Amino acid sequence: MLIKKADEMKYSEVTPKKWYMNRRTFIAAASAAGVAALGGSSLRQLFSPAQKAQAAAKIDNLKKSPFSTTEKETPYKDITNYNNYYEFSTDKYEPAGLAKDFKTRPWTVSLEGDVKKKQTLDVDSIIKLAPPEERIYRHRCVEGWSMVIPWVGFPLSVLLNKMEPTSKAKFVEFTTVSDPKQMPGQRSDVLDWPYVEGLRLDEAMHPLTILAFGLYGEELPNQDGAPLRIVVPWKYGFKSAKAIVKIRLVEQQPINTWNKAAPNEYGFYSNVNPEVDHPRWSQATERRIGEFRKRPTLKFNGYGDQVATLYSGMDLRKNF
Amino acid sequence: MTPGKNLRWLKLTVFLACLMPLGRLAWKAFHDALGANPIQVITFSTGTWTLVFLLTTLSITPLRRLTGQLWLIQLRRMVGLFAFFYACLHFTTYVWLDKFFDVHEMLKDVAKRPFITAGFTAFVLLIPLAITSTRGMIVRLGGKTWQRLHRLIYVSALAGVVHYIWLVKKDERVPTMFATVLSALLLYRILSWMVQRAQNPPSKRPHARGWRQEPGAVSD
Repeated sequence: MLIKKADEMKYSEVTPKKWYMNRRTFIAAASAAGVAALGGSSLRQLFSPAQKAQAAAKIDNLKKSPFSTTEKETPYKDITNYNNYYEFSTDKYEPAGLAKDFKTRPWTVSLEGDVKKKQTLDVDSIIKLAPPEERIYRHRCVEGWSMVIPWVGFPLSVLLNKMEPTSKAKFVEFTTVSDPKQMPGQRSDVLDWPYVEGLRLDEAMHPLTILAFGLYGEELPNQDGAPLRIVVPWKYGFKSAKAIVKIRLVEQQPINTWNKAAPNEYGFYSNVNPEVDHPRWSQATERRIGEFRKRPTLKFNGYGDQVATLYSGMDLRKNF
Repeated sequence: MTPGKNLRWLKLTVFLACLMPLGRLAWKAFHDALGANPIQVITFSTGTWTLVFLLTTLSITPLRRLTGQLWLIQLRRMVGLFAFFYACLHFTTYVWLDKFFDVHEMLKDVAKRPFITAGFTAFVLLIPLAITSTRGMIVRLGGKTWQRLHRLIYVSALAGVVHYIWLVKKDERVPTMFATVLSALLLYRILSWMVQRAQNPPSKRPHARGWRQEPGAVSD
């Protein structure tokens, strides 16, 4: 397999906050100019916002990864305030507030199905299974926006190997916690709860697929899927299940929640693909959060060199 | 309330109130408070307010009849024009900020995406209404023709609400709310048309020449 090696990056090389601010000011200016030009009002002095204080615990001894991109990271503020997390709300600006008091400890994950070692593990013991790595990944939402996110985690294969899948195991099914008391969105029937996602075993074992528990070198914020989530960077965001309580290995292809909700719109594979449109909108371009103009979407979200072979001979239009 | 000379003040107040959604957007833009995806917020806000103003326009007649406050009609043109104003902002956001004047992409969208087709239809239908909104145009077209033309607002509002329903990913609560209000407003027209027809069947009216000659009462 060809692994494209990205340049080693130190934290000192990560875009300074001052720069994000300038860029955000530009976005504000551009949108304000639009509104002002149309409304006939005059353009005023713009001022920069203050970055929110970050209280999360730091994760030490982060390993860099050759899989990380060197693209400019999306500001922490945006990654933690613009979340598709229907368990809390269908409004992307609401999970940040609604998830504030969500309890992520104690937390156990049940490992079951076609494996030799069925067990229930505490999340903190799972996190210690391997050294934490920083994985700076592109993240493409099926809705047409994208981010660059510095996750902290390690390959999901570490955990799967520990479970010792039997020869029957062909797929992995992930289940998100069901807790309507803490998750107001689960009190509505907008989706069929609990949220279920799935991967083919080889996709789940792929070195790009990670178990994530951190962001920007710190503990993962609740609104981003704490305490433990999957990240599959070449697929649309909804494939990366959050707040996982169960991982089950199975023989049959799992039915994922969005596929159940709208089978003609969301498939099992849901690989990022500019050539296969969503029935109601184009997937050819995306708006990178923080950028003014849309950019072309890359096949497999730019991870084709690593993952295209997983799908050789498959009709990606049919297996969307 | 008897507006009389107060009407000018009333109109000015309503005019300024109608500008508030735009003012709010501009304020947020200046203060970098539009969130992570400002263009989406602008698109969503201008679209929502177009529908609000369209439905408000359509509710003026029923409100006027049910409350007997006849002066309300004086506000209808302005509110209707604000619907068009916000529709223009919404359309401009799409053409400029979303598609960046890529005509080819836009044509593909209009042809391929039902929700864009519906939204585009809703917008285009408002154009003749805005153009013929002046007193001079009413005189030029004649009241009956003008009224018939302006029934296009029903189609436009319908297309606008369908546009909204078709674009949401899953949570259809808000678009359903708009659809319910629109249904109620359309139902009012149908019922009052039926009542009028029952009280005054075309065959009994002098010079009856079909429904097109009905007094325009229900169509405004």
